[in-house]
Amino acid sequence: MTEADRKSYLLMAPGLLWLVCLMVVPCLLIFGLMFFERGTYGGIDWSIVTFENVARAFDPLYATILWDSLRIASLATIMALLIGYPAAYAISKAPEKAQTALLFLAILPFWTNYLIRTYAWIVLLNPAGLVNTALASVGLGPWPLLYNEFAVVLGLTYNYTPFVILAIFAALQRLDPSYAEASRDLGATAMTTFWRITLPLTAPGVAAGAVFVFVLSIGNFITPDLLGGGKLQMAGNLIYDQFLTARDWPFGATLSAILIGVMLVLLFIQALFSRRALGEQS
Amino acid sequence: MSRWHRVHLVLTYAFLYLPILVLMILSFNKAGLPTAWGGFSVEWYGKLFANPKIQQAAFNSGVVALVSTVIATALGTLLALGVERSRPSAAREALLFTPMIIPDIVLAIALLSFFRLLKFSLGLHSIIMAHVVFNIAFVTAVVRARLKGFDWALTEVSRDLGAGPVATFWHITLPLILPSVIAAALLAFTLSVDEFIIAYFTAGAGQSSTTLPMQIYSMIRFGVTPEINAMATIIMGVAFVALFAAQRLNKGQVPGM
Amino acid sequence: MRISSLVRGIAAAAMLAVSATAALADKIVVSNWDGYMPKDIAEKFKAATGIDLEVSVHATNEEIMGKVTASGGEGYDVLFVSSPFAEALNKMGLLAPVDPTKIPNLKNLYPEATQLKHDPGNAFSVPYTWGTTGLCYRSDVVKEAPDSWADLLTPAEDVKGKTTMLATDRWLMAPAFLLAGKSVNSTDQADLDAARDQLVATKKTLLAYDDTTFYSKLVSGEASLVEAWDGWCNYGIAEKPEIKYVIPKEGSDLWVDTMVITKAAKNPEGAAKFIDFIMSADNGKWMVENIMYKSPNKAAMEAIDPAMLTQYPNMAIAPADLLKFEQLRDLGDGMKAFSKTVSEIMAAK
Repeated sequence: MTEADRKSYLLMAPGLLWLVCLMVVPCLLIFGLMFFERGTYGGIDWSIVTFENVARAFDPLYATILWDSLRIASLATIMALLIGYPAAYAISKAPEKAQTALLFLAILPFWTNYLIRTYAWIVLLNPAGLVNTALASVGLGPWPLLYNEFAVVLGLTYNYTPFVILAIFAALQRLDPSYAEASRDLGATAMTTFWRITLPLTAPGVAAGAVFVFVLSIGNFITPDLLGGGKLQMAGNLIYDQFLTARDWPFGATLSAILIGVMLVLLFIQALFSRRALGEQS
Repeated sequence: MSRWHRVHLVLTYAFLYLPILVLMILSFNKAGLPTAWGGFSVEWYGKLFANPKIQQAAFNSGVVALVSTVIATALGTLLALGVERSRPSAAREALLFTPMIIPDIVLAIALLSFFRLLKFSLGLHSIIMAHVVFNIAFVTAVVRARLKGFDWALTEVSRDLGAGPVATFWHITLPLILPSVIAAALLAFTLSVDEFIIAYFTAGAGQSSTTLPMQIYSMIRFGVTPEINAMATIIMGVAFVALFAAQRLNKGQVPGM
Repeated sequence: MRISSLVRGIAAAAMLAVSATAALADKIVVSNWDGYMPKDIAEKFKAATGIDLEVSVHATNEEIMGKVTASGGEGYDVLFVSSPFAEALNKMGLLAPVDPTKIPNLKNLYPEATQLKHDPGNAFSVPYTWGTTGLCYRSDVVKEAPDSWADLLTPAEDVKGKTTMLATDRWLMAPAFLLAGKSVNSTDQADLDAARDQLVATKKTLLAYDDTTFYSKLVSGEASLVEAWDGWCNYGIAEKPEIKYVIPKEGSDLWVDTMVITKAAKNPEGAAKFIDFIMSADNGKWMVENIMYKSPNKAAMEAIDPAMLTQYPNMAIAPADLLKFEQLRDLGDGMKAFSKTVSEIMAAK
């Protein structure tokens, strides 16, 4: 181990130790349950070791639910990036003194409770709600804006856009304005400068923000329940229900392990792509 | 900021604040219904001020969010600095992703079972310990986005000029990455202040470790009354005043972020 | 806020926390939904018995059940849970027996309330409220008053898209079982499959699955016919008298919310005293008048203003009639097949 390696391990130690003690160890206890049976009234039957839970999890039913939540989470991620990127970019162009205030303003609505924010969306979107009333006044609608996939995507986009703004704002700090100036001096259009200089340089922030929206959406269950009218399920609902409603911890643990596995694979693929993007730029 | 930037920002903030406006209006709803209007009234503000349970829960949430943010921001920032300076490791990446993707209910039940095994007492402190787990991951991810391609030569110069590692961190590295650290802390605070499942399972029994989301969700069965909207309205109001005051105080000084 | 007052506030809160942990002397901890007991219950209980009452809150049966399973119930003395959960907790050995000699107010119960199927003789649970699940509707909007679960499951054109069903798994399935003349506790695969096919077809006609705001949807006119617990329908009736409640001709389930004492209780004596206190006519009366649920407490039902029974007709259902309905029971090993069926309905497009 080199001197530099030792130093960086020293920096990482407290955080990694926290994760190992308070996540890895406790969660291993739970994932160990995968190989046991649910007891008759919930709880665990320790008497037999079995792979039955894993076999049950490969029912196409659960693949359907996972696929649906991946699709909805992807839509929400794209929407949040489309709204959040330009917003973060604009904030980074504001006078330095105003930047913190603008960031605060973007996150402040989310210090209120998720439930009452969601209730507010129901008031806005229901057939007789404010949005449809406004649409009607210009001769449109009423549109079915609530209790469907549209409402779920909207709700997720709304709640997680600020996280995209924060992540991209952080990445934009590494953007030296002189790069863009140089690019323009060399005759590049604003558009070219953005695509060739700004976007690749902020790719890590885009990736981080996208991951936030994606993983938080997959795990969400309030939005599908209330704005989706409970008619569609995210993987988060499914796992929550297995642990608490069906009280089937072994099966819940199995589904969670599969979810984590799938997500890790997706994240590694994503990391590979963003590393390539970074590689091209330097 | 160009005109287009300004237009996009105004539209984005309008999107972010539209439901908040509705939520504030509903705090004056005479009917105790969550989504139907029944006339104007300020009675919920009176009820809120007479409800020590909600006040304590809000205070508890503030403590949990603040402390877990401070710890997670410190550990997560150091972690990010370490990760970006060392060789990539797939196992470490997985360890840093997992807190974000692990379903809340799994971490919740795992921690409660673990604490019980160790006969560890539960309270606000155990909620804080749990919230730091996922917050570390989010903070690390944000700060790392800033550190990609960071020019470490700057810190080396500082070291060559005789500054110690701590001095180098305070005077060179931290100022450079501060905006991203602030963004990460804001994110962590927001996640913690509104988190329910993990907090519920790692909380002790009783009012002294009840957080605001726990209090609010327990009200669902008999109706979440506009009292909660009144609470949110007050929180927003105080935050706005504080922000405005901070901006005024900052005027004319060296921009310090 | 000035810094000094903030510091003072934090110091005061810290002192409060310290004194709270110090006062272990005579204290009980009760977990309940917020709003299900009188606001001043702690003061009154302290005055009556000298015991400190600390109230903890839970949002759902499932959550308190999960917490008690994972922690062994440590920290809690009394829990408020619905009967299938009381039954499961007892079967898992997490509850202490109820000692009738320590709860004299059990005499206030209707005789029927001591013969509930999940716990005959109140061996481990004391019923707090009970009621039915039926249809709650806007009599001024629907063309024809509903009287059958079929009116919900295969709705008429005028209510199509304006109906909701309860989202909690057991009550989501119950209407299909009742309409088909099956037990609400069936885990027979053929019954489950038939119920699933019915409910997948019904799903296309629903506005939403809704456990929490359906009465609000009726008041606002978003919905005109919903599956509802009787007590919750009363919240709608209170806002809009045109809202009516009916038990479909195929029947209902009998739901019961109960109080149980945990085996891990540090103060079982205090816990029994608390249940006795709750079983007084006065507290029962508060519950009926404010929560608008029926009480298995005869003394309480006799103490309320009779006008309530006319304003909310479902309050007047006789205990003997309630007992004709089947209670939801813990499904034991049948839960696996049951929960898979629910997932299938949820995943259906």
